[in-house]
Amino acid sequence: MKVTLNVWRQGGPSDSGAFQIYEVDDVSPDMSFLELFDVLNERLITKGEEPVAFDHDCREGICGSCSMMINGRAHGPERGTATCQLHMRKFEDGATITVEPWRAAAFPIIKDLCVDRSAFDRIIESGGYITAPTGTAQEANLTPVPKEVADAAMDAAACIGCGACVAACPNSAAQLFTAAKIEHLNLLPQGQPERWSRVVAMVDEMERFFGSCTNHGECESACPKEISIDFIALMNRDYIRAQFKQRRLTGQKS
Amino acid sequence: MTEANFESHVPAGPIEEKWDHHKFDVKLVNPANRRKFRVIVVGSGLAGASAAATLGELGYEVTMITFHDSPRRAHSIAAQGGINAAKNYRNDGDSVYRLFYDTVKGGDYRSREANVYRLAQLSVNIIDQCVAQGVPFAREYGGLLDNRSFGGAQVSRTFYARGQTGQQLLLGAYQALARQIHLGNVTLHERTEMLDLVIKDGKAVGVVTRNLVSGAVRSFSGHAVVLATGGYSNVFFLSTNAKNSNVTAIWRAHKRGAYLANPCFTQIHPTCIPASDDFQSKLTLMSESLRNDGQIWVPAQTDDPRSADQIPETERDYYLERRYPAFGNLVPRDVASRASKKEVDAGRGVGPLKNGVYLDLTGAISRLGRDVIDERYDNLMQMYERITGEDPYKQPMRIYPAVHYTMGGSWVDYNLMSNVPGLYVLGEANFSDHGANRLGASALMQGLADGYFVLPATIGDYLAPLLGSDPVPTDDPVFTQSEADVTDQVRQMLSVKGTRSVDWFHRELGKIMWEHCGMARSRESLEKALAEIPALREEFWRNVRVLGENESFNQSLEKAGRVADFLEFGELLCLDALQREESCGGHFRLEHQTEDGEAMRDDDNFSYVGAWEYKGADTAPELHKEPLEFEYAHPTQRSYK
Repeated sequence: MKVTLNVWRQGGPSDSGAFQIYEVDDVSPDMSFLELFDVLNERLITKGEEPVAFDHDCREGICGSCSMMINGRAHGPERGTATCQLHMRKFEDGATITVEPWRAAAFPIIKDLCVDRSAFDRIIESGGYITAPTGTAQEANLTPVPKEVADAAMDAAACIGCGACVAACPNSAAQLFTAAKIEHLNLLPQGQPERWSRVVAMVDEMERFFGSCTNHGECESACPKEISIDFIALMNRDYIRAQFKQRRLTGQKS
Repeated sequence: MTEANFESHVPAGPIEEKWDHHKFDVKLVNPANRRKFRVIVVGSGLAGASAAATLGELGYEVTMITFHDSPRRAHSIAAQGGINAAKNYRNDGDSVYRLFYDTVKGGDYRSREANVYRLAQLSVNIIDQCVAQGVPFAREYGGLLDNRSFGGAQVSRTFYARGQTGQQLLLGAYQALARQIHLGNVTLHERTEMLDLVIKDGKAVGVVTRNLVSGAVRSFSGHAVVLATGGYSNVFFLSTNAKNSNVTAIWRAHKRGAYLANPCFTQIHPTCIPASDDFQSKLTLMSESLRNDGQIWVPAQTDDPRSADQIPETERDYYLERRYPAFGNLVPRDVASRASKKEVDAGRGVGPLKNGVYLDLTGAISRLGRDVIDERYDNLMQMYERITGEDPYKQPMRIYPAVHYTMGGSWVDYNLMSNVPGLYVLGEANFSDHGANRLGASALMQGLADGYFVLPATIGDYLAPLLGSDPVPTDDPVFTQSEADVTDQVRQMLSVKGTRSVDWFHRELGKIMWEHCGMARSRESLEKALAEIPALREEFWRNVRVLGENESFNQSLEKAGRVADFLEFGELLCLDALQREESCGGHFRLEHQTEDGEAMRDDDNFSYVGAWEYKGADTAPELHKEPLEFEYAHPTQRSYK
């Protein structure tokens, strides 16, 4: 196969970037999309040009490092698939493919296709946990969790934190990422004591960085783990209820 | 380093009571004093994240260093199958003692009994801890925890969260860590790579790092340093490890005096998707559980050009069932891997490159129905289809062994402290618990046992006497000298301006390692490797091409440092394989096999941990031996016929 790549190159956060066109021939259909970039980079190095920077690690679709906007779609054309699991057989011979980094003000570009997603860590730090210091746990089977609840919590917990939801959203909103973690924990019995404080803290932290949700649903269709936007509805419900709950607690204190 | 530090410190007494007694005997740091101690944790996988979170909860001042953009990306996240624990929820005869026994036996009697027993004891606490954190383990309809079986055990003791157990356990530890970061007990330095260990007066006092975004070289000092930096499978280039996994942290610590133990103990996983072309960048694992329903076979005749469905039953060789009638397709990982290699080497391999064997589920599909297979393996079938473009419901999967895990690592004592005082090593990075072969679902268990429970209990013993002393300031000559060394090496790599890329050297090294020190090793092959590796290393420093500069984000430069270390470390791995004149676990020496091709262990001469001491770039390393004694689990020959 032969493909033409139209790749965003940018030296650093404050540089102005531009698209560069690269012709890559001898492409095997069995190659993954990242292996295509490996090949491109080898050839660039041979020519004495700096290779394209891109984040990647496990190449099994689970670490959430890879992050390419391929022909305007986060992680490319295949549903439920991260860039690293996308293979060249999904493209036509002779195709022109445009590759950009995630575009969102909260994800500043580091170089070429690499962005800084640490805003996600700030959201988790603000409340995306259950307070259970090591050693405090009781016997595991003392907390039965109905199978349907455990399954739903796992559906949400499958999030890999890649940021495709933000990249796909016209508002660069992070509702799907945030809701997935809040509802993973809020659905479980162990998550109940911090349920209301968690949702308020995490939503407020999210809004420091990201845009607002206007129900486009692009996030769900871009998500490599196919996480449902139903979790956003659950988060919104929890957030509104938390306003009343928190107020009542405040009243009791005074 | 003096020989005096090379002491396992295993406590006396009956094995069931050692850990309890030891916890009572070690020195403690009182809660108010803990914030006066600074601990540096390098690596944010299961072991590092759980250690940093727990030390933070205890009140220590923790510095967390990771080269990832977020602690959540560490490679623990990719573990699929599950985590073992001796809960005996199935009432099938499991116990702490049985998990201990299975692990020592599975490790082919090359691990330290007391460490393994402690691991089995702590396994039950790990499950409790993870459930309390909200890890969504699989449940029965009654709401209680579900289990499944794994290779090497006759009980059902594996806890799991779909095919993503590693992800969920890591996120649990990451979230606990995030809470400590929020509380200010842990300071996070992401995209920061440790490039040197700093030692003063024989003790570990800090690390030197390079910021991967800005290139800035910076020192961190502390009262103790904890390395939890994972395994070194990528010395083979192609492995199931993440692309960035490397040996740099423990190798550079080694060059500063920390012994490296049993580097030749590497695990080859039998069921991975074979390489498809020369561009292959890594290999993908297919869970071992497929062997429960799949049959493994190759065509009986060599170079058979027919597709699988054209080959009649009578012309297929179900070689595992033929050679191991009792265990059949469920023989342990090392045995299954070697058997596949034998078939492929004999020219009976399948697929376009003749580099695989069939793992056939079509029989099970017609016997059990597609629904049942779907429910058991759907995500794996999809993953296979995505990678190969072949439909495993219609034609058999092709599989081949790949390097997956490394049992060797930094030598540590019972406290997880290396021979360098103040340097602790946890998780896959240390050598301690799996001997010569690791059982499935035991890596997650060890990482979390080390981080949540062992280190937090033992580190006080080292720190307590240091009360009142400040960390060595980072403008001390030991730090500035080490910073200069790191900066020099970076400059040197950039200044070679040769013709070959870093990846080229890495691939070449991988070929040497796989060919001569992979699934089967011999004196002849190892000597070849020991001649080729130094030549390749010499060429690296003469002809590598690293473009760009130090002062910006430069992924080739990062890789160059890691590959430079692999080029040194690979030689030690081969040396270790050469001195171990026996076959055990993942280490198979062609000279040491029974008449029918099974591994032959030599307990009289090799029942020891081989710990290597670095002696300088041009001097041979020195081997130290820690004898292994088996008071409880008595060595027997493993047989699966």
